[in-house]
Parts: sequence; structure tokens; C-alpha cells
Amino acid sequence: MTPVISINHLSKRFGTFLALDNIDLNIETGEVVCVIGPSGSGKSTLIRCINLLETFEHPGAVAVDGTPVKKDKNLTRIRENVGMVFQSFNLFPHLTVCQNISLAPMRVRKKTKNEATEHALSLLKQVGIESQADKYPDQLSGGQQQRVAIARALAMEPKVLLFDEPTSSLDPEMVGEVLDVMRQLAKSGVTMVVVTHEMGFAREVADRVAFMDKGKIVEIGTPSDIFDNAQEQRTRNFLSAILAH
Amino acid sequence: MSLVETFFNWEVFVSSFPLLLSGLRVTISLGAVSIVAGLVLGLTIALIRLYGVRPAQLVARLFIDLFRSIPILVLLIVVYYALPFVGLNLSAFMSAALSLTLVSAAYTAEIFRAGIEAVPRGQFEASFALGLNYRQMMWDVILPQAVRIVIPPLTGNCINVIKDTALASVVAMPDLVKQATQAQALEANPTPLIAAAFMYIAILLPLVYLVGQMEKKSRRASAR
Repeated sequence: MTPVISINHLSKRFGTFLALDNIDLNIETGEVVCVIGPSGSGKSTLIRCINLLETFEHPGAVAVDGTPVKKDKNLTRIRENVGMVFQSFNLFPHLTVCQNISLAPMRVRKKTKNEATEHALSLLKQVGIESQADKYPDQLSGGQQQRVAIARALAMEPKVLLFDEPTSSLDPEMVGEVLDVMRQLAKSGVTMVVVTHEMGFAREVADRVAFMDKGKIVEIGTPSDIFDNAQEQRTRNFLSAILAH
Repeated sequence: MSLVETFFNWEVFVSSFPLLLSGLRVTISLGAVSIVAGLVLGLTIALIRLYGVRPAQLVARLFIDLFRSIPILVLLIVVYYALPFVGLNLSAFMSAALSLTLVSAAYTAEIFRAGIEAVPRGQFEASFALGLNYRQMMWDVILPQAVRIVIPPLTGNCINVIKDTALASVVAMPDLVKQATQAQALEANPTPLIAAAFMYIAILLPLVYLVGQMEKKSRRASAR
């Protein structure tokens, strides 16, 4: 079976700074992979290369469902099938919650307004905020906004969902509600790549955990491989620093 | 002769009123045509300037800089009196509309560019991540937000265009100023000029007020 995402020899430079250094990673359908590591280690850059929000250097290659990700006709089709949830939500402020969710299915999947709206409402129910459908994003709390963003990504019925530090800009009391939704998605078999600082979530939900540092995947394995039995000194140092406080 | 009889002469006003009204109609239609054409052209140029291929970007930039630095009066004279030498005979209305449109488009393009650039990067990224193509992203996500940002400066530009229509009297356009000076000569009394001034104010004062209100409102919205 071809992996849903395959990443080969991926490198990326910002000026002279090497953000990604020859990364190889395959992700299988149904897998939940959490990417952890210190800030600046390239975690976000890595998942942003998967839908080409960041470009990458030549010999490197990313493929989604076997289709190479590059700037060509297939790119929007790949992006349709790769959902993304951002740290800063990036909801459309001029549209209601319901419109935020139904826009792309209507425009890209050519669903009728009724179909798209109905689907949007059922997704809102799934993330527990169906009563907010007609509000605007700035009338919602951060946790609610991020749940809308998750519903918006799900509305395209993507093959894989990318999460770029989805709880990092939330107030602490709202982190739980977003993680609950993600946990529920993971259980239902959605393929997920999650960049996160929530170690408890990674340990509990991930099938595999990747530890990144200085643009490399230092170590990857099951949660207990990484959290209880790390082989690399850098991984152990990072985890002990995180878990110390 | 009293001040009132000289500047606010009712009989002169009444007899020159039809002429003034026809001038006002010309001024408004010239302004409207130039504003609408300037908006369409300006938005197009802004999009080329931001997202066109490199040579097209340079042309757009040159257009913007050129027409922002040339005085409208000079442009008008060139279009009306010089272009016929290369076989291009435009009517007074066409010359005036063309000149005003070109200049308005240059300013409009800069206003739209600033508006589009003020939309946060995350909005573009979220659109791309959902699989929207470029046109859908612009139409459904970016421009609706940019328009809210640019409406006050665009209205300001409209005010300028309407004021600048007065320059068209130079190329014998029968606009409000031209008709007013003609009536003044006819009646040997400056009342029509005063009346014309009030007509400009009557059109533009509400717009000026509107811009102020919108700016206040957008300040409140951004403070929310």
C-alpha cells in the first residue's frame, strides 16, 4: 500500500538557515503522527511543505497519495485533500461560522448551498458548537474558533489533516476542548499529522511520535519508544526540560 | 449695488438655473463614468502589480507612478490638443473622461494594493489549504476583506475625481464650471458662479461627511 504522505530527502533553507535537513518520513492511512521538538526545529515548516505553503529544495520530494506535490495543475487537487488547522485559526472574519465551513465545499466540490450548509451544521454538532452557526468568528472564544477551523477542514473530507500547533495560541482553559475534538477524530480513524507541544496528547493519541531538532527527525517511534525509552541524548534532554516544569 | 444683488441675485439665479442644471448633469455623468472606469481599471492594475508576471508588474508600476505624477490639467491638454496630431480625435467628453480615468485608476490601484496587502497572510494560506484556486480566493476571501479596508480612501478618491471634473471646462466641456462662467458673462453678474460653488458643496459635503463616519466606524471595529 502506498503511504498517504511520503516525504523523501526534503530540505528547506530560509536564507542561509537550514530549516529542514534531508527529511524522510512516510505516513500511512489512518495513522496519527505527532511531531514534537523545540521551537525553530522545523516542525511547522515540515508540515507546511506537505501542502506547499512552503516551497522546498530540488532533489527533495513530497507526494500525497502518490501524486507529487509541486506547483502544477494538480496542486489545488492535492490541497483539497489535505486539510490544515493553523495555530492562529485563520477563520474568514467576514463570513459566519456556517459560511466559513461551507465555502470551500461549494466552490471546490461544487456542492449546492443546501448540501454544504447541512454538512456544515452536522460538523458543528460533531465539534460541539452547533448553536454558534450564525455568529461571526470574532464573537467566539479561541477554543470555539479553533473547533470551527477543524470543522472547516473536515468539510472537505480530506484524506489527511495537518495540525500546526493547534492549541498554542489558546488560553489554557480552552486547550482541553480542542484536544477532545482531536482525540475523537483520531479514534474515528482520520489520518493526522499534529505538530504540538502537548506531550500528554502525543503520548495518549499518537501511533508514532517524531522528535525533531535542528531540521532533522532525530528519533521516531511509538509514544513509549520516545517518552519512556528514548535512544538519543537530545530527545532525553528535550523531554526532561519539558517535563520538569 | 449691494452685496446681495451682486452675489446672490435671485433673478439672475433663476434665469441661469437651466444652464447650471445642464452643466451639473454633465459634471455628474463625467464624474460617474470616470469613477466607475477608474475603479475597474485600478483594481485590474492593482492585481497585475501584485500578482502578474514580472514584466507586467513593471508596466503596472510605471503606469501608477506616471499617472500619479502628471497634473490632470496637463494630461487633459495633451489628450485633447496633442493626440489629434497622431490622428486620434477624441470628443471633449471622451478626452476628459479618459484623463480623469487614467489618473483615478492610478490612485485606485495604490489604494487597492494597500488594502489587499493589509489582509493577513493567514487568510491566503487558509484559502490555499482548502483548495480554493486563485480566483476563488480573491473573490470570496481576500477582496471582500480588502474592500472594507479601502472604502474610506476610495470615497476620498471619488471626491477628488468629481472636483477634478471642473478642469474639463478647459477643453470646452459644457460642465458646471463652464456653464457657470458662461452664464456669468451673459448676465454680467457673478451669481451663477456662487450658485455653482454651492452645487459642488451640495454634492460633495455628504460624501466628505460619509468618509468621516466610515473612518470612525472602522476605528471602532478595529478596536473591538
